[in-house]
Amino acid sequence: MPEHFAVAPNWEWWILAYFFFGGIAGGTYAIGTLIRLFGAPADQGAARTAFLVSFIALIPCPIFLSVDLGQPVRFWHMLVDTSAGGPSFKYWSPMSVGSWALLLFGVFSFVSFLGALGQSGTSALSGVGRWLAGAAGAAWSVIGSGLGFFIAGYTGVLLAVSNEGVWSDAGWVLGGMFLASALSGSAALLLLLWRGRHDAQAGTVTRLEIADRNFVILEAILILLFLASVAAAGTIGKLLGALLVLWLLVLIGLAAPFTARGARMGAPAVASPLLALLGVLALRALVIFGGQL
Amino acid sequence: MAALQERPVGFFTDTSICIGCKACEVACKEWNQLEGNAPHFTADSFDNTGQLDAQNWRHVQFIEKIPDNKGTIGTPIAGGQAWLMMSDVCKHCQQASCLEVCPTNAIVRTEFDTVFIQQDVCNGCRDCIAACPYGVIGFNEKTGTVHKCTMCYDRLQNGLQPACAKACPTESIKFGYLDDLHAAADTRLATLQKQGFAQAQLYGRDTSAYGGLNAFFLLMDKPETFGLPNAANATLPSRNNVPGYLGGAVTAVLGLLAGVLAFRSSRMSGEQR
Ligand code: SF4
Ligand code: SF4
Repeated sequence: MPEHFAVAPNWEWWILAYFFFGGIAGGTYAIGTLIRLFGAPADQGAARTAFLVSFIALIPCPIFLSVDLGQPVRFWHMLVDTSAGGPSFKYWSPMSVGSWALLLFGVFSFVSFLGALGQSGTSALSGVGRWLAGAAGAAWSVIGSGLGFFIAGYTGVLLAVSNEGVWSDAGWVLGGMFLASALSGSAALLLLLWRGRHDAQAGTVTRLEIADRNFVILEAILILLFLASVAAAGTIGKLLGALLVLWLLVLIGLAAPFTARGARMGAPAVASPLLALLGVLALRALVIFGGQL
Repeated sequence: MAALQERPVGFFTDTSICIGCKACEVACKEWNQLEGNAPHFTADSFDNTGQLDAQNWRHVQFIEKIPDNKGTIGTPIAGGQAWLMMSDVCKHCQQASCLEVCPTNAIVRTEFDTVFIQQDVCNGCRDCIAACPYGVIGFNEKTGTVHKCTMCYDRLQNGLQPACAKACPTESIKFGYLDDLHAAADTRLATLQKQGFAQAQLYGRDTSAYGGLNAFFLLMDKPETFGLPNAANATLPSRNNVPGYLGGAVTAVLGLLAGVLAFRSSRMSGEQR
């Protein structure tokens, strides 16, 4: 059984906020692309919303990350090697890869954001909107989605690539678990924004609900695998005790999409996605704080 | 002391002759101008330092061993109470977990084969803290960067031995060229084993823990007793890169499928806005 003597890096609220917003930014971008490529014409409004949300959720991410640094003004040391010169890139360090991926994804997310604005009627950006609606735009969204998936999931790998209990014990599952939960949280957020809209087609909402439930099933499977991994490593105790409250939130979040089926207006339509998002946040809090106990 | 050659140097810390005087801790703090943490009661034997961190680059551990009166403690004083004392320090690992993950390249290997954190490069991300398997590195709020033993890099560059080794009255901490230290450690181990100390063992002398440690130890009990992972647990953070990304990639494919299944139906049924 692995024994751990590493101490806690004290990654706390800023990191939790980054993991959450980064997950939403990546997840909504990927869902936007899925709708763009596989959805009906009636669903394309939801795709535009997804691209708008993705960039808005991404904006605070570099701020959260920089504020968490001991030397925030040295944030650029992540990208530039100030001792040896040239770029700083280590493919074996997820924090290094993640910094570059965040920068690149920012470009894709920003252009798609402009395109979505153009497609929504901002005439100055209609050219970008048209370009993104074509074949080149589809390729752009596909590449952006690859990066979006990465941003949503690499944070789990970053924790795993350490010598901390819990994090390194569930090395193979954390990235996937965060990715699945980012997808389910993103679908919930889109439902929250889309359900009450007067121009929303019932079919679009139904399909978002189906997607949400599919993602939640995937997430639930990965959570079980995560628990099995830490139980096998003997570190599951760190995730119990006071953290049981967070587990309760995770469970409620997982159940929420199944309880508000077909709700278009009113409390269930709003409460269900909000609870799902709270569950996504709680899952990340559990892993971040539990690993450092 | 004549200028040091650019050859691997290290510490050989022989815990069998440590008397727990903490001269190493004091000398380290003095030379490196470490303020120290506010005093607090640890309720842990004679230890009021607590742990290695940004202010403590040497930490003398006091491990109380209460034997079972069957002599299994492996010392001549079995039947009484024994302390195991060990002056812990950064191991200057050959395969250093901290250096591996550092995204800014602030952590480098010096011309003396030691592991050094460049204070002007570190941005305080603290990834190295989560990576170091020995709990060595600490974050300093004042500097906004992380700190650990430098093996007195400034002294080495001026031909001086590290302050802790210089101060140690029993020569429990020996400094020197690594190959000389290996030879001294092998001789010492053989002597102890001849005297019947069955538990005596070298930690970090061979490559089984992190490819070898430039700061290695002679221990009088198993490594875990001193908070040192045994060879089976001495794992690098990067071991989780491939499985981690692979798990993410498989999930991404399943997530794509889950999404396609949900949205494909609409296109097939030909819904229009
Ligand atoms: S003991 Fe820790 S801080 Fe020292 S070199 Fe090894 S991994 Fe780095
Ligand atoms: S805290 Fe400094 S030394 Fe440690 S990984 Fe980050 S940049 Fe590197």
